[in-house]
Amino acid sequence: MAESRGNVRSPEQRGKMKKCGEKTPKKRSKDEEDLFHLQIFVFNSKPAVEELEDEDLSDSEDSVYSGLEDSGSDSEDDEEQGSHEDDNVEAESVRSQIEFDLSCSPLERHLCSFALQTEKKKGAVEEETKKDEYEHDSSDEEDIRNTVGNIPMEWYKDFPHIGYDLDGKKIYKPIRNKDELDDFLDKMENPDYWRTIHDKQTGNDIVLSDEQVELVNRLQRGQFGDVNFNEYQPSVDFFSKDVMLHPVTNRPADKRSFIPSLIEKEKVSKLVHAIKMGWIKPRRVEDDSRGRYYNLWASEDSSILAKHRMHLPAPKISLPGHQESYNPPPEYLFTDEERALWEQQDPSDRKLPFVPMKFSSLRQVPAFPRFIHERFERCLDLYLCPRQRKLRVNVNPEDLIPKLPKPKDLQPFPTTQSLVYRGHSSLVRSISVSPSGQWLASGSDDGSVRFWEVCSSRCMKTVQVGGVVKSVAWNPNPSFCLLAVALDSVVLILSPCLADRQVISSSERLLFGQQEAESVEGAASVTWVEAEGDELNQGIRLKIQHPKAVHQVAWHAKGDYLASVMPDHSSHLQVFIHQVSRRRSQNPFRRNKGLVQCVSFHPVRPYFFVATQRSVRIYNLIKQEMTKKLQANSKWISSMAVHPGGDHVICGSYDCRLSWFDLDLSTKPYKMLRHHKKAVRGVAYHRVYPLFASASDDGSVIVCHGTVYNDLLQNPLIVPVKVLRGHVISHDLGVLDVTFHPTQPWIFSSGADATIRLFT
Amino acid sequence: MGGIQKKKFERGSATNYITRNKARKKLQLSLPDFRRLCILKGIYPHEPKHKKKVNKGSTAPRTFYLLKDIRFLLHEPIVGKFRDYKVFVRKLKKAYGKTEWSAVERLRENKPTYKLDHIIKERYPTFIDALRDIEDALCMCFLFSTFARTGKCHVQTIQLCRRLAVEWMNYVIASRALRKVFISIKGIYYQAEVMGQLITWLVPYQFSHDHPTDVDYRVMATFTELYTTLLGFVNFRLYHSLNLVYPPKLDSKSNLELKEESEDDYAMNSECYLEKLSALSASLARVVSSTEEDEAEPDQFPVEEEDMEKMEAREKEQKQQEAQKKLFEGLRFFLNREVPRESLAFVIRCFGGEVSWDKSVCIGSTYEVTDETITHQIVDRPNTDQQYINRYYFQPQWVYDCVNAKMLLPVEDYFIGVTLPPHLSPFVEEKDGDYVPPEKLKIMALQRGEKTDHEQEEEEEEDVEGEDEEEEDDVDEEEDDEEEEAEEENLKKMEEQRTQGKSLQVRVTPGKLKTENQARLEQEEKAEEKRLAIMMMKKKEKYLYDKIMFGKKRKVREANKLAAKRKAYDDAEKAKKKKPRK
Repeated sequence: MAESRGNVRSPEQRGKMKKCGEKTPKKRSKDEEDLFHLQIFVFNSKPAVEELEDEDLSDSEDSVYSGLEDSGSDSEDDEEQGSHEDDNVEAESVRSQIEFDLSCSPLERHLCSFALQTEKKKGAVEEETKKDEYEHDSSDEEDIRNTVGNIPMEWYKDFPHIGYDLDGKKIYKPIRNKDELDDFLDKMENPDYWRTIHDKQTGNDIVLSDEQVELVNRLQRGQFGDVNFNEYQPSVDFFSKDVMLHPVTNRPADKRSFIPSLIEKEKVSKLVHAIKMGWIKPRRVEDDSRGRYYNLWASEDSSILAKHRMHLPAPKISLPGHQESYNPPPEYLFTDEERALWEQQDPSDRKLPFVPMKFSSLRQVPAFPRFIHERFERCLDLYLCPRQRKLRVNVNPEDLIPKLPKPKDLQPFPTTQSLVYRGHSSLVRSISVSPSGQWLASGSDDGSVRFWEVCSSRCMKTVQVGGVVKSVAWNPNPSFCLLAVALDSVVLILSPCLADRQVISSSERLLFGQQEAESVEGAASVTWVEAEGDELNQGIRLKIQHPKAVHQVAWHAKGDYLASVMPDHSSHLQVFIHQVSRRRSQNPFRRNKGLVQCVSFHPVRPYFFVATQRSVRIYNLIKQEMTKKLQANSKWISSMAVHPGGDHVICGSYDCRLSWFDLDLSTKPYKMLRHHKKAVRGVAYHRVYPLFASASDDGSVIVCHGTVYNDLLQNPLIVPVKVLRGHVISHDLGVLDVTFHPTQPWIFSSGADATIRLFT
Repeated sequence: MGGIQKKKFERGSATNYITRNKARKKLQLSLPDFRRLCILKGIYPHEPKHKKKVNKGSTAPRTFYLLKDIRFLLHEPIVGKFRDYKVFVRKLKKAYGKTEWSAVERLRENKPTYKLDHIIKERYPTFIDALRDIEDALCMCFLFSTFARTGKCHVQTIQLCRRLAVEWMNYVIASRALRKVFISIKGIYYQAEVMGQLITWLVPYQFSHDHPTDVDYRVMATFTELYTTLLGFVNFRLYHSLNLVYPPKLDSKSNLELKEESEDDYAMNSECYLEKLSALSASLARVVSSTEEDEAEPDQFPVEEEDMEKMEAREKEQKQQEAQKKLFEGLRFFLNREVPRESLAFVIRCFGGEVSWDKSVCIGSTYEVTDETITHQIVDRPNTDQQYINRYYFQPQWVYDCVNAKMLLPVEDYFIGVTLPPHLSPFVEEKDGDYVPPEKLKIMALQRGEKTDHEQEEEEEEDVEGEDEEEEDDVDEEEDDEEEEAEEENLKKMEEQRTQGKSLQVRVTPGKLKTENQARLEQEEKAEEKRLAIMMMKKKEKYLYDKIMFGKKRKVREANKLAAKRKAYDDAEKAKKKKPRK
């Protein structure tokens, strides 16, 4: 195709070239002018370049580079060259010259190439009738007739030739017969001189045709080289936001679209494999049996599973009472105080979890705000609360009360208050009844000892002893009439002269009979002093001076021995046993075993009871050793009494307890009685009747029946029979001492209200 | 010497219990799953007797489960389902993360589900067991059915709950099993007797709930899951016991009627069917179209004479019950739009009444306001515009009170605008010694057949008198004490005078004869005896005795307090009444 085209074109071009050949020599020498031209050219064309860039920059650039280096297109041109060598030489040389000069920047190069294209097209335009597929091909053909390359042509200045053609033959310079004059003449005469260009590479002068000049002019004006080109064509926006129905490109389908995809194949095979292996399950059939109900209990066999579990059914919610009604009876509504209390209470302490409310009609009842809470709490209870079967004690409280013999059957015992002995001005600490039962002696904080006739409640005698009387004790021997009084650190022996003369004289004899014989043997710390003068008149016979304050005195049953207690933590000198007849005192203990509270003699056998704070020690006085130690199980023993039989002991303690010891049974109390509300101050046994009593700070005296059987197998029977009240509590002190009448079932009690009372 | 050394905590109670965490690990479940499992299977913790022994010497607070229970859980197939679900969630998450939507879809389709049928069967081996435990299920279903269909729980759950609740109510209507109703501030309590079991449930008022934030709805949802299954099976069984079609269908006759009127208002038949059911106005279809239920006459058995009384009592009770069942029979009610329709319709229908309402309130109304045959119209507003002469207008409490009293109470107390008599709880059964509100006494009198008001008033007065007498007794005692004190004082004075040695003005006055009240003395003696005996009680017994007595005393105190409050209130009311008269 190319060949044929070349052939067609050649005759016309040839004619033109001939013209050019005539004029070229004139211009050849004008290098500078060329350069100048080109500068203008470049200068003017800049805006055009910009336009070009705007139009399709990428395309043109691409074409530049590909044109410069594309050898394929070169070869085509070379073929052409072979036939029309002469025709194209000049044009080509122009172009190469331009290239040479402007090779510095790509932009300019681009321009040049453009110029060349247009130059070429011009030819094409001439033969518009011919259409070939390369019509619009803008690729840059470079026809190289001179193969010297891109070198300064001065190097060939001295040679006859100017280079080599493709066959390696020399290209000779045109015969230079033009000198400067010729040149000048040419300039002056030749009208085409201005359009003549000297081609350095071939050394020919080329005369530009009208079209070419026009082209140059257009380029200089910054216009497109092609006259027919409409630079203001309406632009078509192919790539817009609108979705096109058809593809923009009309590209035929790729090959890959006809071939089955490998990737797909791979995926399918994977799926097949997964199905084979059971990894992918087929779509499940919709199972609608979930919400379907049937007769679940068709065959009611009690399942074994349910049996083996310790299952407790959840308790049901308690049913609502009247309070929960929307319109409760008025008494169930809260008063203001109840409401305030309810609001103050912790939610867990509240009796009702809501406030009862009253609404006058059903339409006014609002939603209960804690409804969901309550349901939720029930849920929590159901699965979080441990369940327990609680055995509710269903006891009739009457059954719990022990069956005791009726007090009526246990008579006699004191039941009513019959006499009150008044006279003391301060609390009465201690009382004692004479063995005959006719007289009562009392010692008080007002510093006096009074003697009362029991039956008439008359004060027969008052002895001012000048100190707080801690304890009084009547000599239990009926043949003597003596009273021991403990005050401060002195024990007084009084002879109240309230008996037969015989008895008085015998007691005097006891006191003063063997006085001289034994006076020397008294212990160093204790001194026996005979009373004199006024004191003697009052009835005081002897004074036993102790080193410390005496708290209690106790007689031996025979009436000769007297024990006195001086509680002291740090000393072993706490108990003295005095023999009145011999005026002899002795300290039986060598060691301190605790604070001694009270002492007592065994009524028949030679034993001595010492009550310390927590325990009662029993000493054998003959063997001089401890035989027993009773544990009282109480904090602080206050008082002690020994049963007339001698086998039982009761202890009162400040922690409200009364403990009964059976000496035959054990050293632990046989019975603990917690009858009193406050500290027990005094305890006493009746000598004849099976009675014992305890006096307490709560102002009551409790009389109990306590039968002791001779049969060792039967334990004592203890029954409370009477609570006697009468004493007034003052200064937190109630009844301080209690004692029984020796023969009658009567009881005396002395209290902090300065009275002594007799209950019969 | 001997043997292998015994190690601690390897036998005995320590091996019978297991802590919650250990149980969880043994089952390889997360805590929420474990919780769900425990809820579904009804496993609850146990409190060991010796906590320290079980806790291996430590006293740290722990929850213990019986090891047997946990072993029992090990074989539960649902545990496997839980694990499947866990895996499913994991896969789904992964698929989401990778945005593989097809995988998501596939997974969704294969979402593991489980059924609770076997658990129900296992927990309640017999039908009666299930009925005994149905109270919670009912309460929960009724609560869930009132939830809004947004958030908190699945819409399907709410729909299911609503369906089951309606089914239950329809059953109660069909079997006329309702016994007691109580309007409380929390909601409305109903008590029905189903197969000899008394079942009480609570229905909240129809308001939207203010959902609390501190409630774990997951726990509630798990319970509901179990309860809906249970209730469904129970309903099925109950419907079949009455030869009713399950799922319930409306009677063909009533169905037609309903259709005629409602077709134009409600578009979708499927939707409005449940609505129609829940209207509770139509009877249900039966499998065997039975003629009116023939009352099975109880056969007479020859009985011992001792049992005769019991039998008679039973018969009497049964008769009463039958009468109660037909309480509203023949009455035609009309509900105004402001009264709680569902509750009232349910109650009235349970006792044989006919009921209707305004068409616009709900589907299923059977007659209009203008119907002349209406005997009772229930109104809950201060006044009505248009009144028909041949019907009663009254407030809704009358219906409930009638049900509780098992008889038709006089309507006068419940007229429009009248202050209502208090609404009493029918669940309280007073024992002697408890406080009985006077209104209850009144109702009891009515039930006995005493009708005139005067008599009641007299009775009341008598009651008051009785109380007064008691009080008088107290006063007597006090007076006696005072007398004694006075005597003592006299004596004291005399003694003082004597001791002070003043010359006594000796005067002989005729002494008063002291009349000893024999009975009283005896009583006192006995009291004293008792007091002394109490002193001799053992410590342990004394404690128990004191506790019992304390409880008794408290009861008495409370009753007295209520009585006093009531008296004060009545007095205040009387005073108010008197004032305007003057």
